[in-house]
Amino acid sequence: MATVPKMPKSWRVETKPHKFCPGCGHGLVLKALGEAIDELDIQDRVVFGCDIGCSLLAWDFFNVDIVQTHHGRTTPVMVGVKRARPDRICIAYMGDGGGYAIGAQHLVNAATRNEKITAILVNNCNYGMTGGQMAPTTLPEMKTETTPYGRDVEETGYPTQGPEMVAAITREGAYTARGTVAKVRQLKNYLKKALQNQLEGKGFSFVEALSGCPTNWSTNAKATWAFLEENMTKYFKVGEVKVPVKEEE
Amino acid sequence: MAEKPITDEKRVFMTGNEAVAWAALAAEAEIMYGYPITPQNEIMHYWTRLAPKYKRKFLQTEDEISAGFTTCGGVLAGKRAFTATAGPGNVLMQEAMSMAEMMRIPTVVVVQQRGGPSTATVIYSQQETTLTCFGGNGEGLRLVYSTSSHQELFDYTIKAFYMAWKYRFPTFVLGDGYQAKMRESLYLYNPIEKGMPLAESYPFLGQEGRPGVEREPSHLRNTYNTEEELYQIISGYVEDYERMIPEVVEYQVSDLEDAEIVVIAHGIVSRAAREAVKVLRQEGRKVGYFRPITLRPFPTGKLREIAPKAKKLVVAESAQGQLFKLVQEALYGETVPLEPYFKPGLGITGEELVEFLQSNFGQ
Ligand SMILES: Cc1ncc(C[n+]2csc(CCOP(=O)(O)OP(=O)(O)O)c2C)c(N)n1
Ligand code: SF4
Ligand SMILES: [Mg+2]
Repeated sequence: MATVPKMPKSWRVETKPHKFCPGCGHGLVLKALGEAIDELDIQDRVVFGCDIGCSLLAWDFFNVDIVQTHHGRTTPVMVGVKRARPDRICIAYMGDGGGYAIGAQHLVNAATRNEKITAILVNNCNYGMTGGQMAPTTLPEMKTETTPYGRDVEETGYPTQGPEMVAAITREGAYTARGTVAKVRQLKNYLKKALQNQLEGKGFSFVEALSGCPTNWSTNAKATWAFLEENMTKYFKVGEVKVPVKEEE
Repeated sequence: MAEKPITDEKRVFMTGNEAVAWAALAAEAEIMYGYPITPQNEIMHYWTRLAPKYKRKFLQTEDEISAGFTTCGGVLAGKRAFTATAGPGNVLMQEAMSMAEMMRIPTVVVVQQRGGPSTATVIYSQQETTLTCFGGNGEGLRLVYSTSSHQELFDYTIKAFYMAWKYRFPTFVLGDGYQAKMRESLYLYNPIEKGMPLAESYPFLGQEGRPGVEREPSHLRNTYNTEEELYQIISGYVEDYERMIPEVVEYQVSDLEDAEIVVIAHGIVSRAAREAVKVLRQEGRKVGYFRPITLRPFPTGKLREIAPKAKKLVVAESAQGQLFKLVQEALYGETVPLEPYFKPGLGITGEELVEFLQSNFGQ
């Protein structure tokens, strides 16, 4: 008899199964996030903003208040909510195109101002929703719809190192990390710490999650995991990049 | 330049996005700047595959604000540069197009309309009519061609480059998701072999020679100090624009002679309108057809000639009155009644127009 996998309490059962493609990493990131929300017991305080990109499919994902914004604009919408209602826990959920391309100015400025929100960015090396074009995170030589002959770094630069960039421009109090859907428990811990950082009002918190896009990578399950665990982690180092200094007791 | 992308005229069966990419190649566009958005993505997909073969360039920018301004930069550097967008991307594009309008930068933008406002749908609409004609904090000093078929997408994309550079107003080809994504047959040709003139491009910046010594430096601005100064500049632009109107305005008409009801539509909806007119004519109904091809400038003269002879004008569009407003403005002072047929974000078929027009004749 098939057993139904346990869902986080904060998930909205009525909207499951979710709408992501089979094998998509978004579902795993949101599972880790759901567990982090449960463990911190903050479901009644969370305001979740999702970007346009495959993250838009999460607009009814949780039993929390959710707003779908525009492509790249989730960070400022969440900043706006947080400034107006500091008691809410604001989460901006976006893709790598949304966060590092069209929304880069918002990410940079929210980080610089040390906004007390949590931004979660799903890095899948491409623009998933629009059918697999180059993203700022597309790996060198990787073929996409707009790099049909492979990404030429001379022409288009090197993949964006998001958490490292955010760490470089934030001050004490900020939290940045890169997790992966290949290590969901670790990812959950990063997300939990990021949310905890917001709860404590310390500063901006940012977690990038390496994630698979089998549909646009045209990979089967095995090749998806191989790409994620080998190709991606070679370039994108998994781990915490910046952690607030523990206060003296 | 490398070998010609198209030599002999050939019949093909392809999507509208592919037709646009071929048209830009045929018009000897040199560089495309763009940001992904449905339903225009495949213009970039085809361009990125084809461009290197013909020594053309491409840059994927970080968003449409950047795509618009890089296009301005490419044109200022003297290249036949273009971009393509849709929906929320078209909204962001307007900042750059406002600069293009003020500085008379001959940009070419292909718009494949999708549902709005906001992200809405990726499918189809005619809701970017007002935005494309009048976006920005200015007077809408632009050229906007509303196409209705793949052949026209090809023809008018080629033409857009020529007209933009000839008159130096930002030029738009206004298509939609249906035209972008459907396959249809059309003829591809080399405009030069047809004796059609190519856009003569030239640099606005970075010309040869030492500035201030061998040539005047280029000092281009979009900021003015006094009301009078600005007024003078804009008045000059408006004069140029008005002088251009009779040379560029385009429309299509049929069955007008004895028409009691004239149906007005633009873009792909005009195909439904034309089909409806054909069906109703076979039934003996006195119905005619008018389609503006240029939405900016609008064929006001022709419409004002037609209007008094009709008993009613029906305006059909996949928007809530964006074409209707253009018609209303053109017909100010005329007494002929206007009947709206608005389906914002929804396609319109010939059959439904037949039915609607029949009801207007009172069976
Ligand atoms: C202003 C604007 N430009 C372009 C788009 C089209 N668009 C929708 S989703 C998307 C890319 C999504 O990629 P990413 O942010 O990496 O998210 P993913 O789908 O990969 O999770 C784009 C370009 C848009 N909706 N709005
Ligand atoms: S396209 Fe890629 S990122 Fe989007 S839902 Fe499918 S697998 Fe996930
Ligand atoms: Mg992505």
